[in-house]
Amino acid sequence: MMRRRRRRMTTRLPTTCSLPITTTEPRPDSGLITSTRNQELPPMAETLTLLDYWPSMFGMRCRIALREKDIKFEYQEQDLWSKSPLLLEMNPIYKKIPVLIHNGKPICESLIIVEYIDETWKGKAPLLPSDPYERAQARFWADYVDKKIYEGGRNVWSTTGEDQGEAKKEYIERLKVLEGVLGDKPFFGGDSFGFTDIALIPYYSWFYSYEICANFSIEAECPKLISWAKRCMEKESVSESLPDPEKIYMLLLELKKKAGK
Amino acid sequence: MSEKEVVLLDFWPSPFGMRLRIALAEKGIDYEYKEEDLWNKSPLLLKSNPVHKKIPVLIHKGKPVCESLIALQYVEEVWPHKSPLLPSDPYARARARFWADYIDKKLYDLGRRTWATKGEEQEAAKKEFLDSLKLLEAELGDKPYFGGDKFGFVDAVLIPYYSWFYTYETCGNFSIEADCPKLIFWAKRCLEKESVKKSLPPQEKVYGFVLELKKRLGLL
Repeated sequence: MMRRRRRRMTTRLPTTCSLPITTTEPRPDSGLITSTRNQELPPMAETLTLLDYWPSMFGMRCRIALREKDIKFEYQEQDLWSKSPLLLEMNPIYKKIPVLIHNGKPICESLIIVEYIDETWKGKAPLLPSDPYERAQARFWADYVDKKIYEGGRNVWSTTGEDQGEAKKEYIERLKVLEGVLGDKPFFGGDSFGFTDIALIPYYSWFYSYEICANFSIEAECPKLISWAKRCMEKESVSESLPDPEKIYMLLLELKKKAGK
Repeated sequence: MSEKEVVLLDFWPSPFGMRLRIALAEKGIDYEYKEEDLWNKSPLLLKSNPVHKKIPVLIHKGKPVCESLIALQYVEEVWPHKSPLLPSDPYARARARFWADYIDKKLYDLGRRTWATKGEEQEAAKKEFLDSLKLLEAELGDKPYFGGDKFGFVDAVLIPYYSWFYTYETCGNFSIEADCPKLIFWAKRCLEKESVKKSLPPQEKVYGFVLELKKRLGLL
């Protein structure tokens, strides 16, 4: 039996490697994404796939985390109305995206995926602080985003009349809580972009849709938060991971039509 | 004079509080337990958890940590050396977090519906509840604990619900052991541990509490 020659594995991952810069910048919804400059090459025969859906805020968190750490991965767009055998096999319990598949092993639930990425690739861009209390705070506010912001936003675009008025009011209140937590810091993580920033920034790509559907301005109510969002968008890991807000709005209109609204 | 460094704001029947009691006991950490009246929340609770106003809250050196799974991870990270609850491998840690999250997403609400509803709604809740437990039983497999050879994170998260099983079974008129014998076996193994024994209230006491609660809520 011919033994394949394997590159000797060192204990340290190579830091940067000179790979050609990709010429096209694929949109998140176009299928295979390759990362760009200065990537960390995973050890030989390592595979990393992200099962995702382009407008998903949960998927975006994983894209951002992987890009923050310059990790090469394969992006696989999923059709949520016709779920692939791979998705059903990798996430049999919830059948949802995102799913990160690392060397054939699936990790599900976006915040769990982000922590996994942070713990597996420790060398670059730590996403959680090292102090246990600060880590607890970061997790708490990411959890707050999960509990309050997803549903809150959904209520804003999916209701009308008085209900929508209530939904808008409540949503702004919740965003203001986060604005208060941010305070005068550049990021929720302090001086560096971190876990809570990653949990929240994907929603920025949906703000436009909420604003149009419910006829209000989030910036007027939460200017500091929008300032923060724009600061995050200056980071390549974020701008490459968030879709065009107008595209999301078009999708929303389609979904509403399908639902007969 | 010395006030205890660790304070736990809790409510005795809460499965979320129990997991923290277990973790602190596992790690041999001395703490002050403060019983909260959830119908008359203390200023300390409202100040320590202004966002959710819920228990449990772990207060360490005056700083509050809220949400039981987050507090559990905090305890693990501050006192890592004694009885570690999470494995060191990132993939195994992700799996442990996944199952803890699954337990939180499913069991509290489904369990509640088995005692708080009637008729068709209750039957549906019972079925879904048992399905969830069976999934957990499958995940346990032949291991002594979810953590493998040692009691771990998922064990600490799930075992508190055992103190509510009698309540679910009596109110819902069904037997959990009949459908999930391995899980009951696991639960009894956990209860041999001192940390678990002293953190879980007696099942009958929980049942008495729920009867009172049902009366209060007009569900009887």
